[in-house]
Amino acid sequence: MAKALFQVRNLKKYFKTSRGVVHAVDDISFDIEEGKTLGIVGESGCGKSTTGRCLIRLIEPTSGQVFYRDQDICQLSRAEMKKLRKEMQIIFQDPYASLNPRKSVLQIIAEPLLYNKIMPGADKFAIEKRVLELMDKVGLAERLINTYPHELDGGRRQRIGIARALAMEPKFIVCDEPVSALDVSIQAQILNLLKELQRELSLTYVFITHDLSVVNHFSDDIIVMYLGQIVEKAPADELFENPLHPYTQALLSAILVPAVGANRDRIKLRGELTSPIDPPPVCRFAKRCNYYNQDCAAGVPPLLEITPGHFVACHRIKPGSNTLVEAN
Amino acid sequence: MGSEINDRTVQDNKELVLEVEDLIVHYVLQEETVEAVNGVSFSLERGKTIGLVGETGAGKTTTALAIMNLVPDPPGVIKNGTITVCGHKMLDLSANQLEKIRGKDVSMIFQDPMTSLNPVLTVGDQIAESVMLHENLSYSKAFKRAQEMLEMVGIPGTRATEYPHQFSGGMKQRVGIAIALACNPKLLLADEPTTALDVTIQAQVLDMIDDLKRELGTALVMITHDLGIVAKTCDLVAVMYAGRIVEYGTLEDVFDRTMHPYTEGLFNSLPDISNRKSQLQPIPGLMPDPTNLPRGCAFAPRCRYATAACREEQPSRREVSETHTVYCSAYDDPNFQIERTRGRGGNG
Repeated sequence: MAKALFQVRNLKKYFKTSRGVVHAVDDISFDIEEGKTLGIVGESGCGKSTTGRCLIRLIEPTSGQVFYRDQDICQLSRAEMKKLRKEMQIIFQDPYASLNPRKSVLQIIAEPLLYNKIMPGADKFAIEKRVLELMDKVGLAERLINTYPHELDGGRRQRIGIARALAMEPKFIVCDEPVSALDVSIQAQILNLLKELQRELSLTYVFITHDLSVVNHFSDDIIVMYLGQIVEKAPADELFENPLHPYTQALLSAILVPAVGANRDRIKLRGELTSPIDPPPVCRFAKRCNYYNQDCAAGVPPLLEITPGHFVACHRIKPGSNTLVEAN
Repeated sequence: MGSEINDRTVQDNKELVLEVEDLIVHYVLQEETVEAVNGVSFSLERGKTIGLVGETGAGKTTTALAIMNLVPDPPGVIKNGTITVCGHKMLDLSANQLEKIRGKDVSMIFQDPMTSLNPVLTVGDQIAESVMLHENLSYSKAFKRAQEMLEMVGIPGTRATEYPHQFSGGMKQRVGIAIALACNPKLLLADEPTTALDVTIQAQVLDMIDDLKRELGTALVMITHDLGIVAKTCDLVAVMYAGRIVEYGTLEDVFDRTMHPYTEGLFNSLPDISNRKSQLQPIPGLMPDPTNLPRGCAFAPRCRYATAACREEQPSRREVSETHTVYCSAYDDPNFQIERTRGRGGNG
């Protein structure tokens, strides 16, 4: 087994609001293996983006540890963190909002190089040469170097975001819904690019998305989150072939397959996401669960390893016993 | 049984709810003209659903706005075309006449439920508004109807006195649907109705639209970029590219007997859920600039089958079968087949 690049332990992020405390991320633990892609899936408000941002300390976790190469990054000083962060980058969802509209492509991609003094003593020609290299790597034509974001379409803007992240020669990239705002034909271009870069530069990715068909295509391991907690964690193949948690099952069955007659007999969930403000200490999915019974009132279900590598948090599923299957 | 016979007679009569003929819509700006819709024709029978499929800039939303006669003017100019909704020539009517048709014969569900509702009116009042206008009911009766509509879309009627901000995204979209269906329109336009919603909520909303459609016999124009939604909801499919329909047919025609290279490209761009190791094959390049469309087929610059002729001339209309039409010059060669059909052992 490859060594874990990240080890996340009991990570919590709470936000205080006037209406109470939002439990955005509530006590989650997982590892990320070097050179692999971890997919984090869930619906809006499940804490997947907050988790991604905590990993690189763009926001401070409320408690818990994030070990990067055995070093707890939450304990690092600002200066130490700044040094380390060169290895960790993020690609944002909205390529329209994440680029400064007053800067040209050259300035946007060169900015991290200059700010972090990556190329000390380099003149502007050397910087420009490096920017052109990066543009070439992400498939942006040389002639676009002096254009501004508003002149470019979403796919090209996302390529700028990727080039900017690559400028730091990172080891690890958080991809936060990198293709959700793009058209399908462009989506596939960007996904293929990210895959090629991973192979070429041995990058480690966290891939955050609500789109299950994309995460299935892209990830080695998948975490399914619901209201700040992990409900299921498994290798991608295992999760799609043998989903155990009722929420995962409903999510998978909600995927609309683009084929005639493929979308019958879907599992329907009642209701909507409940509030993450001061949630009661019970299974957070219970209210919408089709399998709810008296066993489910017994506190927050722990994440248990059901079969090797396959973890589930459900009161009715334990190693060697699954009362959901028996109910059917 | 009685209703079944009734349905059949209606089908025999082929009651057309919507006819769009050779619609051309441009947005004329100071320096340039955006050629948004460039000759779109289709029709829709009572109770049927057509999917308008395509990517950003394909002209789907402009087509829908034109059907409602809601194209913003200026800069929008309807250059050509007729649109007939339940016998009314939409493009010839005055604002007063349109007001009597919109919301009654035809209504629309918008993409973003967060911005399409009025934040300072209760949802009950927003639903009652069109009922009072079209059915001449008193406020109290209209409000009662509003409550029934809310119940129908799965929201307790008692919540009719609440404001939009008190509802979640999925519920706001249901309110939008309740408004659209309040006067039992014959034609419903849904512009990406579930794009802003989570997957489990999307499933709920689509199922609900499906049930209501069947119950009320409403014809539906479903605008979407998601081929999964098309497979779930549509009887007919029109694939649009750069303001034109490039392929048109029944769901089975377009999905199982795909003819157009762009339609094939859309399918190849999607991850295959049953085989995660499969390679994505994106369509190379970008959508053409709508202010500067190519002279020939707009898809030719991205098309791997394109010939010199494709770049020079607009593709001609080709009827593959009674229900299936494709616009592609590559089929001038009688032996031509796209790969997707070849893989399925298609003949010809």
